[in-house]
Amino acid sequence: MEFLLQQIASGLTSGAIYACVALGLVMIYVSTDHINFAQGEMAMFATYIAWALIQAGIPYWIAFGLTILIAFTGGLLIQRFILKPLEHAPVLALVVCFIALLSIFNAIAGMLWSYTVKQFPSPFPIGDPTGHGLISYHQIGVVAVTAIMLGVLTIFFRFTTLGLAMRAAAQNPASARLMGVRVSWMLALGWGLAAAIGSVAGMMVAPIVFLDPNMMTGILIYGFAGALVGGIGNPGGAVVGGFVVGVLENLVGTYLIGNELKLTFALIIVVGVLILKPAGLFGRVNVKRV
Amino acid sequence: MTNILEVKGLSAYYGPIRALFDIDFTIATGGVTALLGANGAGKTTTLRALCNMIRRTGTSVMAGQDISRKATEDIVRMGVAHVPEGRGTFAGLTVEENLRLAFHTRRDHAAARRDLELVFDYFPRLKERLKQQAGTLSGGEQQMLAISRALMLAPRLMLLDEPSFGLAPLVVQEIFRILRRINEHEKVSMLIVEQNAALALELADHVYLLETGRVVTSGPSSMVQNDETLRKAYLGY
Repeated sequence: MEFLLQQIASGLTSGAIYACVALGLVMIYVSTDHINFAQGEMAMFATYIAWALIQAGIPYWIAFGLTILIAFTGGLLIQRFILKPLEHAPVLALVVCFIALLSIFNAIAGMLWSYTVKQFPSPFPIGDPTGHGLISYHQIGVVAVTAIMLGVLTIFFRFTTLGLAMRAAAQNPASARLMGVRVSWMLALGWGLAAAIGSVAGMMVAPIVFLDPNMMTGILIYGFAGALVGGIGNPGGAVVGGFVVGVLENLVGTYLIGNELKLTFALIIVVGVLILKPAGLFGRVNVKRV
Repeated sequence: MTNILEVKGLSAYYGPIRALFDIDFTIATGGVTALLGANGAGKTTTLRALCNMIRRTGTSVMAGQDISRKATEDIVRMGVAHVPEGRGTFAGLTVEENLRLAFHTRRDHAAARRDLELVFDYFPRLKERLKQQAGTLSGGEQQMLAISRALMLAPRLMLLDEPSFGLAPLVVQEIFRILRRINEHEKVSMLIVEQNAALALELADHVYLLETGRVVTSGPSSMVQNDETLRKAYLGY
Protein backbone atom coordinates (compact mmCIF):
# COMPACT_ATOMS: atom_id res chain seq x y z
CA MET A 1 0.00 0.00 0.00
CA GLU A 2 2.78 2.36 1.02
CA PHE A 3 4.62 1.51 -2.19
CA LEU A 4 1.51 2.22 -4.27
CA LEU A 5 1.05 5.62 -2.61
CA GLN A 6 4.71 6.36 -3.25
CA GLN A 7 4.23 5.57 -6.93
CA ILE A 8 1.16 7.79 -7.13
CA ALA A 9 3.02 10.64 -5.43
CA SER A 10 5.90 10.43 -7.85
CA GLY A 11 3.36 10.12 -10.70
CA LEU A 12 1.77 13.37 -9.58
CA THR A 13 5.17 15.05 -9.62
CA SER A 14 5.91 14.05 -13.19
CA GLY A 15 2.27 14.79 -13.95
CA ALA A 16 2.80 18.39 -12.84
CA ILE A 17 5.70 18.68 -15.28
CA TYR A 18 3.70 17.10 -18.11
CA ALA A 19 0.80 19.43 -17.30
CA CYS A 20 3.09 22.44 -17.81
CA VAL A 21 4.40 21.11 -21.11
CA ALA A 22 0.88 20.22 -22.24
CA LEU A 23 -0.33 23.68 -21.29
CA GLY A 24 2.47 25.28 -23.32
CA LEU A 25 1.47 23.19 -26.34
CA VAL A 26 -2.22 24.02 -25.94
CA MET A 27 -1.54 27.76 -25.57
CA ILE A 28 -0.03 27.85 -29.04
CA TYR A 29 -2.45 25.31 -30.49
CA VAL A 30 -5.61 27.20 -29.58
CA SER A 31 -4.48 30.37 -31.30
CA THR A 32 -2.73 28.95 -34.36
CA ASP A 33 -3.80 25.28 -34.75
CA HIS A 34 -0.14 24.27 -34.70
CA ILE A 35 1.79 21.93 -32.44
CA ASN A 36 5.07 23.54 -31.44
CA PHE A 37 7.51 20.63 -31.58
CA ALA A 38 10.22 22.91 -30.20
CA GLN A 39 8.32 23.46 -26.93
CA GLY A 40 10.52 20.93 -25.09
CA GLU A 41 13.83 22.23 -26.43
CA MET A 42 12.83 25.81 -25.63
CA ALA A 43 12.24 24.69 -22.04
CA MET A 44 15.59 22.87 -21.97
CA PHE A 45 17.39 25.95 -23.28
CA ALA A 46 15.73 28.15 -20.65
CA THR A 47 16.83 25.67 -17.97
CA TYR A 48 20.44 26.01 -19.14
CA ILE A 49 20.10 29.77 -18.84
CA ALA A 50 18.87 29.28 -15.27
CA TRP A 51 21.84 26.98 -14.62
CA ALA A 52 24.27 29.57 -16.01
CA LEU A 53 22.71 32.28 -13.85
CA ILE A 54 22.98 30.13 -10.74
CA GLN A 55 26.59 29.26 -11.62
CA ALA A 56 27.26 33.00 -11.84
CA GLY A 57 26.28 33.24 -8.19
CA ILE A 58 22.74 34.56 -8.49
CA PRO A 59 20.42 33.20 -5.76
CA TYR A 60 18.04 30.47 -6.91
CA TRP A 61 14.71 32.30 -6.80
CA ILE A 62 16.08 35.40 -8.49
CA ALA A 63 17.56 33.21 -11.22
CA PHE A 64 14.17 31.45 -11.41
CA GLY A 65 12.34 34.74 -11.99
CA LEU A 66 14.94 36.03 -14.44
CA THR A 67 14.74 32.81 -16.43
CA ILE A 68 10.96 33.05 -16.72
CA LEU A 69 11.38 36.62 -17.96
CA ILE A 70 14.08 35.68 -20.46
CA ALA A 71 12.04 32.70 -21.72
CA PHE A 72 8.98 34.92 -22.13
CA THR A 73 10.96 37.47 -24.14
CA GLY A 74 12.55 34.70 -26.21
CA GLY A 75 9.18 33.15 -27.07
CA LEU A 76 7.82 36.56 -28.00
CA LEU A 77 10.80 37.28 -30.26
CA ILE A 78 10.55 33.87 -31.95
CA GLN A 79 6.94 34.63 -32.90
CA ARG A 80 7.76 38.17 -34.07
CA PHE A 81 10.82 37.38 -36.16
CA ILE A 82 10.45 33.77 -37.26
CA LEU A 83 6.77 32.83 -37.28
CA LYS A 84 5.11 36.10 -38.19
CA PRO A 85 6.81 36.23 -41.61
CA LEU A 86 5.42 32.69 -42.14
CA GLU A 87 1.85 33.75 -41.30
CA HIS A 88 0.46 32.68 -44.63
CA ALA A 89 2.83 29.76 -45.23
CA PRO A 90 1.40 26.24 -45.64
CA VAL A 91 1.28 24.00 -42.56
CA LEU A 92 4.18 21.82 -43.69
CA ALA A 93 6.48 24.83 -43.89
CA LEU A 94 5.64 25.58 -40.27
CA VAL A 95 6.22 22.00 -39.19
CA VAL A 96 9.66 22.18 -40.80
CA CYS A 97 10.24 25.48 -39.02
CA PHE A 98 9.32 23.96 -35.62
CA ILE A 99 11.63 21.00 -36.21
CA ALA A 100 14.39 23.39 -37.24
CA LEU A 101 13.90 25.37 -34.01
CA LEU A 102 14.07 22.09 -32.10
CA SER A 103 17.41 21.06 -33.55
CA ILE A 104 18.84 24.57 -33.46
CA PHE A 105 18.13 24.94 -29.73
CA ASN A 106 19.49 21.46 -29.10
CA ALA A 107 22.68 22.15 -31.04
CA ILE A 108 23.29 25.58 -29.51
CA ALA A 109 22.81 24.19 -26.01
CA GLY A 110 25.29 21.42 -26.81
CA MET A 111 27.75 23.90 -28.27
CA LEU A 112 27.55 26.37 -25.39
CA TRP A 113 27.31 24.00 -22.46
CA SER A 114 28.45 20.60 -23.90
CA TYR A 115 26.47 17.38 -23.89
CA THR A 116 27.75 16.16 -20.54
CA VAL A 117 25.03 15.70 -17.95
CA LYS A 118 24.93 18.40 -15.27
CA GLN A 119 23.37 18.57 -11.84
CA PHE A 120 20.65 21.17 -11.41
CA PRO A 121 19.85 22.41 -7.90
CA SER A 122 16.45 22.11 -6.28
CA PRO A 123 15.27 25.08 -4.22
CA PHE A 124 13.56 22.72 -1.79
CA PRO A 125 15.20 20.94 1.14
CA ILE A 126 16.45 17.36 0.79
CA GLY A 127 14.51 14.60 2.48
CA ASP A 128 10.84 13.94 3.04
CA PRO A 129 8.38 15.30 5.56
CA THR A 130 6.72 11.92 6.22
CA GLY A 131 9.96 10.34 7.39
CA HIS A 132 9.55 7.07 5.47
CA GLY A 133 10.17 7.99 1.83
CA LEU A 134 6.57 8.56 0.78
CA ILE A 135 7.13 11.90 -0.91
CA SER A 136 10.09 14.29 -1.00
CA TYR A 137 10.11 18.01 -0.40
CA HIS A 138 11.10 18.53 -4.01
CA GLN A 139 8.08 16.56 -5.23
CA ILE A 140 5.74 18.61 -3.06
CA GLY A 141 7.50 21.77 -4.26
CA VAL A 142 7.06 20.86 -7.93
CA VAL A 143 3.33 20.32 -7.48
CA ALA A 144 3.01 23.54 -5.47
CA VAL A 145 4.92 25.65 -8.00
CA THR A 146 2.78 24.23 -10.81
CA ALA A 147 -0.40 24.90 -8.87
CA ILE A 148 0.62 28.51 -8.21
CA MET A 149 1.48 29.04 -11.86
CA LEU A 150 -1.83 27.58 -13.00
CA GLY A 151 -3.68 29.78 -10.54
CA VAL A 152 -1.94 32.90 -11.80
CA LEU A 153 -2.67 31.96 -15.41
CA THR A 154 -6.32 31.26 -14.65
CA ILE A 155 -6.69 34.66 -13.00
CA PHE A 156 -4.93 36.30 -15.94
CA PHE A 157 -7.16 34.72 -18.57
CA ARG A 158 -10.44 35.02 -16.69
CA PHE A 159 -10.19 38.37 -15.01
CA THR A 160 -7.95 40.68 -17.03
CA THR A 161 -8.95 42.40 -20.25
CA LEU A 162 -5.62 41.45 -21.81
CA GLY A 163 -6.34 37.78 -21.09
CA LEU A 164 -9.81 38.26 -22.52
CA ALA A 165 -8.37 39.84 -25.67
CA MET A 166 -6.01 36.88 -26.06
CA ARG A 167 -8.91 34.44 -25.80
CA ALA A 168 -10.96 36.47 -28.28
CA ALA A 169 -8.05 36.60 -30.73
CA ALA A 170 -7.65 32.82 -30.51
CA GLN A 171 -11.35 32.14 -31.03
CA ASN A 172 -12.17 34.49 -33.85
CA PRO A 173 -9.22 36.52 -35.15
CA ALA A 174 -11.19 38.43 -37.80
CA SER A 175 -13.82 39.52 -35.32
CA ALA A 176 -11.16 40.35 -32.72
CA ARG A 177 -9.48 42.73 -35.17
CA LEU A 178 -12.84 44.43 -35.65
CA MET A 179 -12.88 45.02 -31.90
CA GLY A 180 -9.50 46.73 -32.18
CA VAL A 181 -7.48 43.79 -30.79
CA ARG A 182 -3.95 43.56 -32.21
CA VAL A 183 -4.24 39.86 -33.01
CA SER A 184 -0.67 39.40 -34.15
CA TRP A 185 0.65 40.72 -30.82
CA MET A 186 -1.74 38.44 -28.96
CA LEU A 187 -0.12 35.49 -30.77
CA ALA A 188 3.30 36.78 -29.75
CA LEU A 189 2.15 37.05 -26.13
CA GLY A 190 0.86 33.48 -26.39
CA TRP A 191 4.29 32.32 -27.52
CA GLY A 192 5.91 34.25 -24.70
CA LEU A 193 3.62 32.67 -22.11
CA ALA A 194 4.10 29.18 -23.57
CA ALA A 195 7.87 29.60 -23.38
CA ALA A 196 7.63 30.93 -19.81
CA ILE A 197 5.47 27.98 -18.72
CA GLY A 198 7.95 25.63 -20.40
CA SER A 199 10.87 27.19 -18.56
CA VAL A 200 9.17 26.51 -15.22
CA ALA A 201 8.65 22.87 -16.25
CA GLY A 202 12.32 22.62 -17.24
CA MET A 203 13.62 24.08 -13.98
CA MET A 204 11.34 21.83 -11.94
CA VAL A 205 12.23 18.62 -13.75
CA ALA A 206 15.97 19.21 -14.14
CA PRO A 207 16.85 18.25 -10.51
CA ILE A 208 15.13 14.88 -11.14
CA VAL A 209 16.29 13.94 -14.65
CA PHE A 210 19.53 16.04 -14.60
CA LEU A 211 20.36 18.72 -17.11
CA ASP A 212 21.43 17.79 -20.61
CA PRO A 213 20.39 18.98 -24.08
CA ASN A 214 18.10 15.99 -24.60
CA MET A 215 16.38 16.06 -21.23
CA MET A 216 13.01 17.27 -22.58
CA THR A 217 12.64 14.91 -25.55
CA GLY A 218 10.71 12.22 -23.70
CA ILE A 219 8.91 14.74 -21.53
CA LEU A 220 7.55 16.50 -24.63
CA ILE A 221 5.97 13.23 -25.75
CA TYR A 222 4.39 12.71 -22.32
CA GLY A 223 3.20 16.31 -22.38
CA PHE A 224 1.73 15.82 -25.84
CA ALA A 225 -0.04 12.69 -24.61
CA GLY A 226 -1.38 14.72 -21.68
CA ALA A 227 -2.65 17.46 -23.98
CA LEU A 228 -4.37 14.88 -26.19
CA VAL A 229 -5.96 13.05 -23.25
CA GLY A 230 -7.40 16.34 -21.97
CA GLY A 231 -8.53 17.36 -25.43
CA ILE A 232 -6.02 19.47 -27.27
CA GLY A 233 -7.48 22.95 -27.41
CA ASN A 234 -8.64 22.92 -23.80
CA PRO A 235 -6.14 24.42 -21.30
CA GLY A 236 -7.88 23.01 -18.22
CA GLY A 237 -8.09 19.63 -19.90
CA ALA A 238 -4.40 19.72 -20.74
CA VAL A 239 -3.53 20.15 -17.07
CA VAL A 240 -5.78 17.29 -15.96
CA GLY A 241 -4.48 15.18 -18.85
CA GLY A 242 -0.90 15.87 -17.80
CA PHE A 243 -1.55 14.61 -14.28
CA VAL A 244 -3.48 11.56 -15.57
CA VAL A 245 -0.60 10.60 -17.86
CA GLY A 246 1.95 11.15 -15.08
CA VAL A 247 0.18 8.84 -12.63
CA LEU A 248 -0.76 6.20 -15.21
CA GLU A 249 2.75 6.12 -16.61
CA ASN A 250 4.21 5.46 -13.19
CA LEU A 251 1.71 2.78 -12.20
CA VAL A 252 1.80 1.00 -15.56
CA GLY A 253 5.61 1.20 -15.57
CA THR A 254 5.93 -0.18 -12.06
CA TYR A 255 3.30 -2.88 -12.09
CA LEU A 256 2.81 -3.92 -15.72
CA ILE A 257 5.44 -3.21 -18.32
CA GLY A 258 8.59 -2.07 -16.54
CA ASN A 259 10.36 1.26 -16.73
CA GLU A 260 12.01 0.67 -20.10
CA LEU A 261 8.70 0.67 -21.94
CA LYS A 262 7.21 3.73 -20.25
CA LEU A 263 7.74 6.00 -23.24
CA THR A 264 6.10 3.42 -25.46
CA PHE A 265 3.13 3.62 -23.15
CA ALA A 266 2.93 7.39 -23.79
CA LEU A 267 2.91 6.76 -27.52
CA ILE A 268 0.20 4.12 -27.08
CA ILE A 269 -1.87 6.77 -25.28
CA VAL A 270 -1.29 9.19 -28.16
CA VAL A 271 -2.38 6.68 -30.80
CA GLY A 272 -5.19 5.31 -28.63
CA VAL A 273 -6.73 8.75 -27.99
CA LEU A 274 -6.46 9.69 -31.65
CA ILE A 275 -8.24 6.51 -32.73
CA LEU A 276 -10.85 6.12 -29.99
CA LYS A 277 -11.62 9.61 -28.78
CA PRO A 278 -9.90 12.27 -30.88
CA ALA A 279 -11.56 15.07 -28.90
CA GLY A 280 -10.02 13.83 -25.65
CA LEU A 281 -11.78 13.93 -22.29
CA PHE A 282 -12.79 17.58 -22.32
CA GLY A 283 -12.35 18.69 -25.93
CA ARG A 284 -14.98 19.39 -28.49
CA VAL A 285 -15.03 17.63 -31.83
CA ASN A 286 -14.03 19.99 -34.59
CA VAL A 287 -16.59 19.75 -37.33
CA LYS A 288 -15.53 21.38 -40.54
CA ARG A 289 -17.89 22.23 -43.35
CA VAL A 290 -16.41 21.46 -46.72
CA MET B 1 -22.82 69.50 -44.65
CA THR B 2 -19.49 67.80 -43.99
CA ASN B 3 -18.60 64.25 -44.77
CA ILE B 4 -17.29 61.79 -42.22
CA LEU B 5 -15.95 59.52 -44.94
CA GLU B 6 -14.77 60.27 -48.46
CA VAL B 7 -13.79 57.40 -50.69
CA LYS B 8 -12.10 57.80 -54.05
CA GLY B 9 -11.17 55.18 -56.64
CA LEU B 10 -11.70 52.23 -54.32
CA SER B 11 -10.86 48.89 -55.92
CA ALA B 12 -10.67 45.55 -54.13
CA TYR B 13 -9.36 42.12 -54.97
CA TYR B 14 -9.89 38.53 -53.85
CA GLY B 15 -6.62 36.97 -54.92
CA PRO B 16 -6.32 37.72 -58.63
CA ILE B 17 -10.02 38.52 -59.00
CA ARG B 18 -11.05 42.13 -58.98
CA ALA B 19 -14.29 42.71 -57.13
CA LEU B 20 -14.57 46.52 -57.02
CA PHE B 21 -13.82 48.92 -59.86
CA ASP B 22 -12.80 52.45 -58.84
CA ILE B 23 -15.85 53.33 -56.83
CA ASP B 24 -16.30 56.79 -55.31
CA PHE B 25 -18.69 57.65 -52.52
CA THR B 26 -19.12 59.85 -49.47
CA ILE B 27 -20.95 59.49 -46.19
CA ALA B 28 -22.45 62.60 -44.63
CA THR B 29 -21.60 63.25 -40.98
CA GLY B 30 -24.51 62.10 -38.86
CA GLY B 31 -26.28 60.57 -41.83
CA VAL B 32 -27.21 57.04 -42.84
CA THR B 33 -26.04 55.90 -46.24
CA ALA B 34 -27.19 52.64 -47.79
CA LEU B 35 -25.30 50.49 -50.26
CA LEU B 36 -27.78 48.45 -52.26
CA GLY B 37 -27.52 45.98 -55.07
CA ALA B 38 -27.95 42.34 -56.01
CA ASN B 39 -25.92 39.41 -54.70
CA GLY B 40 -22.31 39.75 -55.76
CA ALA B 41 -22.57 43.47 -56.51
CA GLY B 42 -19.71 44.17 -54.09
CA LYS B 43 -21.56 45.53 -51.06
CA THR B 44 -19.85 43.38 -48.41
CA THR B 45 -16.58 43.76 -50.31
CA THR B 46 -16.84 47.54 -50.01
CA LEU B 47 -17.19 47.33 -46.23
CA ARG B 48 -14.32 44.87 -45.97
CA ALA B 49 -12.15 47.04 -48.20
CA LEU B 50 -12.84 50.11 -46.06
CA CYS B 51 -11.46 48.24 -43.04
CA ASN B 52 -8.50 46.86 -45.00
CA MET B 53 -9.60 43.29 -44.43
CA ILE B 54 -8.83 42.50 -48.08
CA ARG B 55 -6.35 43.78 -50.65
CA ARG B 56 -7.45 47.14 -51.97
CA THR B 57 -6.33 50.31 -53.70
CA GLY B 58 -7.72 53.85 -53.71
CA THR B 59 -8.06 56.34 -50.90
CA SER B 60 -10.45 56.59 -47.99
CA VAL B 61 -10.37 59.63 -45.75
CA MET B 62 -12.21 59.67 -42.46
CA ALA B 63 -12.81 63.04 -40.81
CA GLY B 64 -9.76 64.47 -42.53
CA GLN B 65 -7.46 61.53 -41.77
CA ASP B 66 -6.26 59.18 -44.48
CA ILE B 67 -7.11 55.63 -43.40
CA SER B 68 -6.32 53.94 -46.73
CA ARG B 69 -3.21 52.16 -45.49
CA LYS B 70 -3.94 51.63 -41.82
CA ALA B 71 -4.30 48.21 -40.23
CA THR B 72 -7.84 47.00 -39.50
CA GLU B 73 -7.40 47.35 -35.73
CA ASP B 74 -6.13 50.93 -36.09
CA ILE B 75 -9.06 51.92 -38.29
CA VAL B 76 -11.33 50.47 -35.61
CA ARG B 77 -9.47 52.40 -32.90
CA MET B 78 -10.02 55.60 -34.90
CA GLY B 79 -13.77 55.18 -34.56
CA VAL B 80 -14.96 52.92 -37.36
CA ALA B 81 -17.04 50.06 -35.95
CA HIS B 82 -17.76 47.25 -38.39
CA VAL B 83 -20.69 44.92 -37.63
CA PRO B 84 -19.64 42.08 -39.90
CA GLU B 85 -21.52 39.69 -42.10
CA GLY B 86 -22.45 36.68 -39.96
CA ARG B 87 -22.31 38.83 -36.79
CA GLY B 88 -18.78 37.81 -35.72
CA THR B 89 -19.94 36.48 -32.35
CA PHE B 90 -17.27 35.14 -29.99
CA ALA B 91 -19.31 32.00 -29.43
CA GLY B 92 -17.19 30.59 -26.59
CA LEU B 93 -17.18 33.82 -24.58
CA THR B 94 -20.06 34.99 -22.44
CA VAL B 95 -22.21 37.93 -23.51
CA GLU B 96 -20.50 40.04 -20.86
CA GLU B 97 -17.04 39.09 -22.14
CA ASN B 98 -18.07 39.91 -25.70
CA LEU B 99 -18.90 43.41 -24.53
CA ARG B 100 -16.04 43.78 -22.06
CA LEU B 101 -13.58 43.24 -24.92
CA ALA B 102 -13.93 46.94 -25.70
CA PHE B 103 -12.20 47.71 -22.40
CA HIS B 104 -9.03 46.24 -23.89
CA THR B 105 -9.17 48.62 -26.85
CA ARG B 106 -10.31 51.76 -25.09
CA ARG B 107 -8.32 53.92 -22.69
CA ASP B 108 -11.30 55.82 -21.23
CA HIS B 109 -12.70 53.11 -18.98
CA ALA B 110 -15.11 55.42 -17.17
CA ALA B 111 -16.74 56.35 -20.48
CA ALA B 112 -16.74 52.69 -21.52
CA ARG B 113 -18.65 51.81 -18.35
CA ARG B 114 -21.23 54.47 -19.26
CA ASP B 115 -21.45 52.99 -22.76
CA LEU B 116 -22.14 49.59 -21.23
CA GLU B 117 -25.17 51.07 -19.46
CA LEU B 118 -26.17 52.68 -22.74
CA VAL B 119 -26.02 49.30 -24.48
CA PHE B 120 -28.31 47.83 -21.82
CA ASP B 121 -30.75 50.70 -22.40
CA TYR B 122 -30.93 49.87 -26.08
CA PHE B 123 -30.86 46.09 -25.66
CA PRO B 124 -32.28 45.18 -22.22
CA ARG B 125 -32.44 41.55 -23.31
CA LEU B 126 -28.65 41.32 -23.34
CA LYS B 127 -28.52 42.36 -19.71
CA GLU B 128 -30.61 39.30 -18.82
CA ARG B 129 -28.18 37.07 -20.69
CA LEU B 130 -24.86 38.47 -19.41
CA LYS B 131 -23.42 35.19 -18.09
CA GLN B 132 -24.67 33.09 -21.00
CA GLN B 133 -22.31 31.77 -23.70
CA ALA B 134 -22.80 34.03 -26.69
CA GLY B 135 -23.00 31.02 -29.03
CA THR B 136 -26.23 29.93 -27.37
CA LEU B 137 -28.05 33.21 -28.14
CA SER B 138 -30.74 33.33 -30.82
CA GLY B 139 -29.89 34.88 -34.18
CA GLY B 140 -31.64 38.12 -33.28
CA GLU B 141 -29.85 38.34 -29.95
CA GLN B 142 -26.49 37.69 -31.62
CA GLN B 143 -27.21 40.54 -34.04
CA MET B 144 -28.05 42.76 -31.08
CA LEU B 145 -24.81 41.68 -29.43
CA ALA B 146 -22.86 42.50 -32.61
CA ILE B 147 -24.34 46.00 -32.73
CA SER B 148 -23.68 46.37 -28.99
CA ARG B 149 -20.03 45.36 -29.40
CA ALA B 150 -19.74 48.04 -32.07
CA LEU B 151 -21.43 50.59 -29.78
CA MET B 152 -18.98 49.75 -27.01
CA LEU B 153 -16.20 51.09 -29.23
CA ALA B 154 -17.82 54.56 -29.08
CA PRO B 155 -17.71 54.80 -32.87
CA ARG B 156 -18.12 57.82 -35.08
CA LEU B 157 -19.00 55.66 -38.05
CA MET B 158 -20.75 52.30 -38.02
CA LEU B 159 -20.52 49.88 -40.93
CA LEU B 160 -23.45 47.48 -40.86
CA ASP B 161 -23.36 44.38 -43.02
CA GLU B 162 -26.88 43.01 -43.54
CA PRO B 163 -28.24 43.38 -40.03
CA SER B 164 -31.49 41.74 -41.19
CA PHE B 165 -29.84 38.54 -42.39
CA GLY B 166 -31.67 35.38 -41.38
CA LEU B 167 -33.94 37.08 -38.85
CA ALA B 168 -37.71 37.03 -38.38
CA PRO B 169 -39.49 40.15 -39.72
CA LEU B 170 -40.53 41.34 -36.26
CA VAL B 171 -36.97 41.11 -34.95
CA VAL B 172 -35.69 42.94 -38.02
CA GLN B 173 -38.13 45.78 -37.41
CA GLU B 174 -37.04 46.03 -33.78
CA ILE B 175 -33.37 46.15 -34.75
CA PHE B 176 -33.92 48.82 -37.39
CA ARG B 177 -35.91 50.92 -34.93
CA ILE B 178 -33.01 50.73 -32.51
CA LEU B 179 -30.50 51.58 -35.25
CA ARG B 180 -32.48 54.71 -36.02
CA ARG B 181 -32.41 55.71 -32.35
CA ILE B 182 -28.67 55.07 -32.16
CA ASN B 183 -28.13 57.24 -35.23
CA GLU B 184 -30.20 60.07 -33.79
CA HIS B 185 -29.15 59.99 -30.14
CA GLU B 186 -25.51 58.92 -30.32
CA LYS B 187 -24.77 60.90 -33.49
CA VAL B 188 -23.22 57.84 -35.08
CA SER B 189 -22.98 58.04 -38.86
CA MET B 190 -23.86 54.78 -40.60
CA LEU B 191 -23.09 52.93 -43.79
CA ILE B 192 -25.52 50.06 -44.18
CA VAL B 193 -25.46 47.17 -46.63
CA GLU B 194 -28.76 45.38 -47.16
CA GLN B 195 -30.53 42.85 -49.32
CA ASN B 196 -33.78 44.10 -47.91
CA ALA B 197 -33.80 47.32 -49.95
CA ALA B 198 -37.18 48.67 -48.85
CA LEU B 199 -36.15 48.50 -45.20
CA ALA B 200 -32.74 50.08 -45.80
CA LEU B 201 -34.29 52.92 -47.84
CA GLU B 202 -36.53 53.78 -44.91
CA LEU B 203 -33.56 54.11 -42.56
CA ALA B 204 -31.12 55.73 -44.97
CA ASP B 205 -31.14 59.29 -46.24
CA HIS B 206 -28.73 58.63 -49.07
CA VAL B 207 -28.23 55.60 -51.27
CA TYR B 208 -25.68 54.14 -53.66
CA LEU B 209 -26.67 51.42 -56.11
CA LEU B 210 -23.95 48.90 -56.92
CA GLU B 211 -23.78 46.48 -59.81
CA THR B 212 -20.86 44.09 -60.38
CA GLY B 213 -18.45 46.23 -58.44
CA ARG B 214 -19.39 49.62 -59.88
CA VAL B 215 -21.63 52.44 -58.69
CA VAL B 216 -24.58 52.61 -61.06
CA THR B 217 -26.37 55.55 -59.54
CA SER B 218 -26.71 57.45 -56.30
CA GLY B 219 -28.97 60.02 -54.71
CA PRO B 220 -31.35 60.69 -51.86
CA SER B 221 -33.36 57.68 -50.72
CA SER B 222 -36.60 59.29 -51.87
CA MET B 223 -35.26 59.41 -55.42
CA VAL B 224 -34.89 55.64 -55.54
CA GLN B 225 -38.11 55.07 -53.61
CA ASN B 226 -40.04 57.10 -56.19
CA ASP B 227 -38.35 55.75 -59.30
CA GLU B 228 -40.13 52.56 -60.23
CA THR B 229 -37.85 51.68 -63.17
CA LEU B 230 -34.77 51.95 -60.96
CA ARG B 231 -36.37 49.89 -58.20
CA LYS B 232 -37.53 47.16 -60.58
CA ALA B 233 -34.21 47.00 -62.39
CA TYR B 234 -31.86 46.89 -59.41
CA LEU B 235 -33.80 46.16 -56.28
CA GLY B 236 -36.46 43.75 -57.54
CA TYR B 237 -39.56 45.33 -56.08
